[in-house]
Amino acid sequence: MSEPVQPDFTVDSTDYEVGQDNVQILGLDIHNPVFMISAVTIVGFVIFTLMFQEGTAAFFGWLRPWLTSTFDWVFMSAANIFVLFCLFLVISPWGRIRLGGADATPDFSYAGWFAMLFAAGMGIGLMFFGVLEPVYHFQNPPLGVNPEDVEAARAMGMAATIFHWGLHPWAIYAVVALSLAFFTFNNGLPLTIRSAFYPLLGDRVWGWPGHIIDTLAVFATLFGLATSLGFGAEQASAGLEYLFGIPATDVTKVALIIAITAVALISVVAGLEAGVKRLSEINMVLALALLLFVIIAGPTIALLTGFFANAGHYAADLLPLSNPFGRDDTAFMHGWTTFYWAWWISWSPFVGMFIARVSRGRTVREFITCVLIIPTLVSILWMTAFGGTAIDQIVNDNYQGVAETVAAYVPELSLFKMLEVLPLTMVSSFLGIVLVIVFFVTSSDSGSLVIDTITAGGKTDAPVAQRVFWATFEGLVAIALLLGGGLASLQGAAIATGFPFAVVLVAMCWCLFKGLRADPQMAR
Amino acid sequence: MYKVIAVPVDLAHVDRLTKALETAADLAKAYGATLYYVGATTETPSSVAHTPKEFKGKLEQFAAERGTALGIDARARSLVSLDPAVDLDRDLLKTFKEIDADLVVMASHIPGIKEHLISSNAGWIASHAKISVFVVR
Repeated sequence: MSEPVQPDFTVDSTDYEVGQDNVQILGLDIHNPVFMISAVTIVGFVIFTLMFQEGTAAFFGWLRPWLTSTFDWVFMSAANIFVLFCLFLVISPWGRIRLGGADATPDFSYAGWFAMLFAAGMGIGLMFFGVLEPVYHFQNPPLGVNPEDVEAARAMGMAATIFHWGLHPWAIYAVVALSLAFFTFNNGLPLTIRSAFYPLLGDRVWGWPGHIIDTLAVFATLFGLATSLGFGAEQASAGLEYLFGIPATDVTKVALIIAITAVALISVVAGLEAGVKRLSEINMVLALALLLFVIIAGPTIALLTGFFANAGHYAADLLPLSNPFGRDDTAFMHGWTTFYWAWWISWSPFVGMFIARVSRGRTVREFITCVLIIPTLVSILWMTAFGGTAIDQIVNDNYQGVAETVAAYVPELSLFKMLEVLPLTMVSSFLGIVLVIVFFVTSSDSGSLVIDTITAGGKTDAPVAQRVFWATFEGLVAIALLLGGGLASLQGAAIATGFPFAVVLVAMCWCLFKGLRADPQMAR
Repeated sequence: MYKVIAVPVDLAHVDRLTKALETAADLAKAYGATLYYVGATTETPSSVAHTPKEFKGKLEQFAAERGTALGIDARARSLVSLDPAVDLDRDLLKTFKEIDADLVVMASHIPGIKEHLISSNAGWIASHAKISVFVVR
């Protein structure tokens, strides 16, 4: 084993004390100034958006596509670096470093741990895009595949979808999560985004550069969650209208947001174990039930063999799909790939920090296997079942229900159209609606915990009132934007944070590598 | 009458726990009981310690110093709470059982960890513990 590099930063090289910048007012324990700046900026943005709707819609409507088209190579290269970096760590000697020190033990079983990271990380998109996206790419295949060639188009449709839900998104999460977990549990820095940049910025991370990083993370997380919640309420109410004839009015949508927020509140007040973990497990059981139902009720044999075939298509097309240069299929690359990368990156502070919090006691190798490899396999299975069934309905049964939702681009109905021609439609569709709602709750509660920790300067024992505040705040922002307009603008704003973070995360890889090399566990 | 007395301590606010700590020490002395200093920490770094291990060391040192100074059998018991803002009371109760405590002496609030709008730790412990609880105000 190589000699460990003499660390130029260690736990002792900073005398920063967790909570030293916190202020205690009204029984709260909050970071000064991150809490106030975040709250005020968010309120300011909401008011501004509501007042100048057309202007902000035009600006963010331009900004996000401009970023993901102009800097397509930045997003794609960064994501490729993350995948390679993670795969390298698995086989490298640093893979044996244990988060929390050599004698740390995990607090959660594999099942509970996996349920939490999956529920926080993927969530709602699986429900809607699991059906729509494979069909869309099947009809409009990238990389110059001829859509008339059904078998080639089907293979490419699955490969392209899995590409967006496989190694790359999870590598983005893994890099952030592993960095935060490492610097928190092994180096004793506070559990907050800025800590990952300590090797680069030194003690300056405790000042304004750190405040900006943390505030940006809170901004991306809260707007990401609130706008998803707003859109989710629209989608869920569209589902309710389609299935049960409940009119999708503003009243229904606001009621849904309130209901989701209320359950998320109960969950955060019940705590990490009794609330968030239990709900994530329920979420996984329901998702598994729906997955098994689709596999059994759908073309079972084709799906089971399809899993391996699709994994093969994904592997075969992974390199050309990841290549940012000299592509002719820019509509696919800019409309889907870089949009997804920006989206996953803008979620990464939230998902990464949540995964970090529950991962103490795992080794780096175990961590990457469970955060990168297994979720990718689950995504392949999920996409094969949902997308494979939908494509099969088109190719073999000439059923156009799903294709119509793709043409009209209403992803929220694709799932229900697919379930409609399978047996037990009412039961499975109802399960689908419940899952949509539960997926929201599990994102909302873990998101509130993350924002609470960041705005408490990395303290995980801040008073419960603070997490109640953030969970409620998120619901209120969602309602304000839903009724006043501006969901799309602020979702654009949240995703636009993906650009600075893409660059920042590459720096994070370097910081993590530097940290791992200096870890005392490598000296044994 | 009492063999094992437990007293929860918050190492970040020892100065504000003087009354509870003295009461516990006097009782331990009077009954010749073992006194456990019970401290809760998070997995994530806190103002007291960077790791649960460091916290354990600090608590053990604290207990050893108090034991020598007071001439009693003083021990330390550290517990790691995953979400102390919510779980602390339950985690403490579990620890009292593990060390077979028959009396708990505690300040009505553990300052700093949970001094806010929601009910006091001692209040909850007193109504849920099966052993005697001495709440110091």
